[in-house]
Amino acid sequence: MTPQWNDLASELLQRFGDETRYAIPILQAIQTEQGYIPIPLLEAIASKAQHLQANQLYGVATFYSQFTFTPKGKHTIKVCMGTACFVKGAQQIVDAFKSALSIEIGETTPDKLFTLQTVACLGCCSLAPAVMIDGHVHGQVTQESVAALLKAKGFNL
Amino acid sequence: MKKDYKYAISVCAGSKCVHLNNELIDIILKEIQRQGLEDQVKVTKSACLGYCEEGPLLVIHPDNITYARVQKDDIAEILSEHIKNRRWVTRLLFHRDQIANSFFPQFGDVDFFGKQYRITLRNCGVIDPESIDDYLAYRGYEALAKVLTVFSPQQVIDEIKRSGLRGRGGGGFPTGVKWQSGHDAVGDVKYMICNADEGDPGAFMDRSAIEGDPNTVIEGMIIGGYAVGASKGIVYIRAEYPLAIKRLQIAIAQARERNLLGNNILGSEFSFDIDLRLGAGAFVCGEETALIASIEGKRGMPKPRPPFPTEKGLFDKPTVINNVETWANIPVIILDGAEHFASMGTEKSKGTKVFALAGAVRNTGLVEVQMGTTLREIIFDIGGGIRDDKAFKAVQTGGPSGGCLPSQYLDTPIDYNSLMAAGSIMGSGGMIVMDETTCMVDIAKFFLDFTQNESCGKCTPCREGTKRMLEILIRITEGAGQPDDIDKLLRLGTMIQKSSLCGLGKASPNPVLSTIKHFRHEYEAHIFDKKCPTKTCKSLLTYTILEDKCIGCGLCKKNCPVKCISGEKKYSHSINQADCIHCGVCFSTCKFEAIIRE
Ligand SMILES: Cc1cc2nc3c(=O)[nH]c(=O)nc-3n(C[C@H](O)[C@H](O)[C@H](O)COP(=O)(O)O)c2cc1C
Ligand code: SF4
Ligand code: SF4
Ligand code: SF4
Ligand code: FES
Ligand code: FES
Repeated sequence: MTPQWNDLASELLQRFGDETRYAIPILQAIQTEQGYIPIPLLEAIASKAQHLQANQLYGVATFYSQFTFTPKGKHTIKVCMGTACFVKGAQQIVDAFKSALSIEIGETTPDKLFTLQTVACLGCCSLAPAVMIDGHVHGQVTQESVAALLKAKGFNL
Repeated sequence: MKKDYKYAISVCAGSKCVHLNNELIDIILKEIQRQGLEDQVKVTKSACLGYCEEGPLLVIHPDNITYARVQKDDIAEILSEHIKNRRWVTRLLFHRDQIANSFFPQFGDVDFFGKQYRITLRNCGVIDPESIDDYLAYRGYEALAKVLTVFSPQQVIDEIKRSGLRGRGGGGFPTGVKWQSGHDAVGDVKYMICNADEGDPGAFMDRSAIEGDPNTVIEGMIIGGYAVGASKGIVYIRAEYPLAIKRLQIAIAQARERNLLGNNILGSEFSFDIDLRLGAGAFVCGEETALIASIEGKRGMPKPRPPFPTEKGLFDKPTVINNVETWANIPVIILDGAEHFASMGTEKSKGTKVFALAGAVRNTGLVEVQMGTTLREIIFDIGGGIRDDKAFKAVQTGGPSGGCLPSQYLDTPIDYNSLMAAGSIMGSGGMIVMDETTCMVDIAKFFLDFTQNESCGKCTPCREGTKRMLEILIRITEGAGQPDDIDKLLRLGTMIQKSSLCGLGKASPNPVLSTIKHFRHEYEAHIFDKKCPTKTCKSLLTYTILEDKCIGCGLCKKNCPVKCISGEKKYSHSINQADCIHCGVCFSTCKFEAIIRE
């Protein structure tokens, strides 16, 4: 266990409190700040806490789709697979990203540049099919525009 | 210092308009400075005006003129022409005429707004959602003051009961009855929860309602807290909704400053405060018992009811949980009276309902209509009909828990009971319109794939049953459907409906069952003829090169990923069907329409 995780564990317990009900806010803070959930950090928290236990934290983290256990790529691509987007051909858009990046949904490219995810409804159904790249929504995406979107983020074909 | 502005420019800052032009507000502010109009014009941000197709939008008050598709370069002209010269910029006008509509005179004489009746969205697009003063100016918190001064808690509950309000989160449970059991339950602490988890993957009503008018939700919760005797409120909101979260935080902070939240609210004996909790991405957490487990820091798995949350909810205390839209109705019922609310709608469903209209309609966006409005009025009058002059095929309501209804149901007046009788549900308000190009088997597969993924796994019928059903649907769409597959789907579906623990499982077969009921022939075409009538299911399509049309350019041959096209340059090419993977690349690359897809 690295001292870095130890310090962070104490700080998180301070910030939120050592109670079962703070499991999710703590995990959310870790996910936002670290970009993923480092298992050693969960162990560090559990070793210091009275009420929060490693298996509970781990169980909660695996249950909710917001949490990931591997570091994400530099750019996160979220293809909307909500109903409106699906009806307007979102499947083809996901397929285009998958084949361009040669990865599956939920994976990160070996160069750690891109992570590909799907989400349900970005709330921009009138722009369907929609894709969110690093928090920015792109509307009316076509199979053809996928390459351009990737190129803009430094992807080499 | 308070300025005496003559005009207010209300810029749509809904997610879609912002996406279309992030910098619009800054540019407007700069241009106002440059033209020396600071003392005359106030700029406010409104939430989604519900007409995103035409965004970015801005409305100039008090003229009630809406400009559409406004670009950076238009700002200078709008300010100098409209404000200084008092001439409308005709080319940007959204619509010129005006009508008197009880809630929405602002947007001109267009069916999109004309047929709507706005209660929960009454302030959306009208006030600045980040200013409690704006809300107060539109009679905000007046309902709370009225309740605290002249109503006993029981009188509030009676008023809500008389209004006939039913929960807008999908179930349609009478709100007054729920509050009564919360009120009658014994507990030193009681909780009020606002369910803003909005999991339906094609719906954004709650998000827009909060983004547009967070204060009305807060006011509703405080009134509920007073009626039930609760001192704590929690809004459980999806982490994916950053703008809604921010606006709620601002509204809560401003309400605390005004003593509308906190101890001894408005000098009364009543104290109440609200916290936010962010959801972590699990559809099942929209279910009330799972949501409670999630707030408690556990895996969000549903529990059997009874005990109901009103008896034993959050941390085992009496808890009343209602949907965002339900809460937003409360202040209006208190102010306008239960009778007014109950005068709208149908016998069993009162008031209005907000729908997120999307899919193959011309005008997509948020619409609020009186209960009892027909599907046809929503889709054809408000929605403007089907895009690209295609034919209407089906409308999906209720998301993954709902069903698809064909054209013979278009004249169904919408309420909880009529939609149920037709084989769908009201749901939380997702409404997706589909045209002739949508494959009903594919759409059923889409929803089942969603629920199967989101099943929490606690009970077998839901966990395993949906998996079996999905396998059958996949094989049907891949051309391997078997003659008894429809019967198998019906049997499995009925079994899952009967034996699942929570609403997710119980309702998961609905999209499949309703499409079998109304579009059985489409399933049969896939299974027996191995054809997808809408040409959606890839594996069922064959590609053939027409000898007389092919000029032998070789483009398809070059692009085919499995190299199954052969032919000499300048001579007609052909496809080796045995190796073809039906990807369709050749079809979309051929410039001479020499390839047909069947
Ligand atoms: C799988 C599932 C998902 C649900 N999702 C939501 C939701 O996103 N928002 C919501 O308000 N209610 C949702 N509900 C309904 C809630 O359990 C609950 O009935 C509702 O929040 C009560 O509020 P209401 O009476 O105001 O509708 C869901 C139910 C189920 C079974
Ligand atoms: S029906 Fe499905 S989602 Fe609901 S408790 Fe059972 S397994 Fe979980
Ligand atoms: S559909 Fe795809 S695999 Fe089949 S011939 Fe055309 S390009 Fe080749
Ligand atoms: S792309 Fe069209 S015209 Fe060219 S070889 Fe193929 S089928 Fe023939
Ligand atoms: S379904 Fe994709 S944005 Fe709503
Ligand atoms: S976001 Fe502006 S009209 Fe919807």
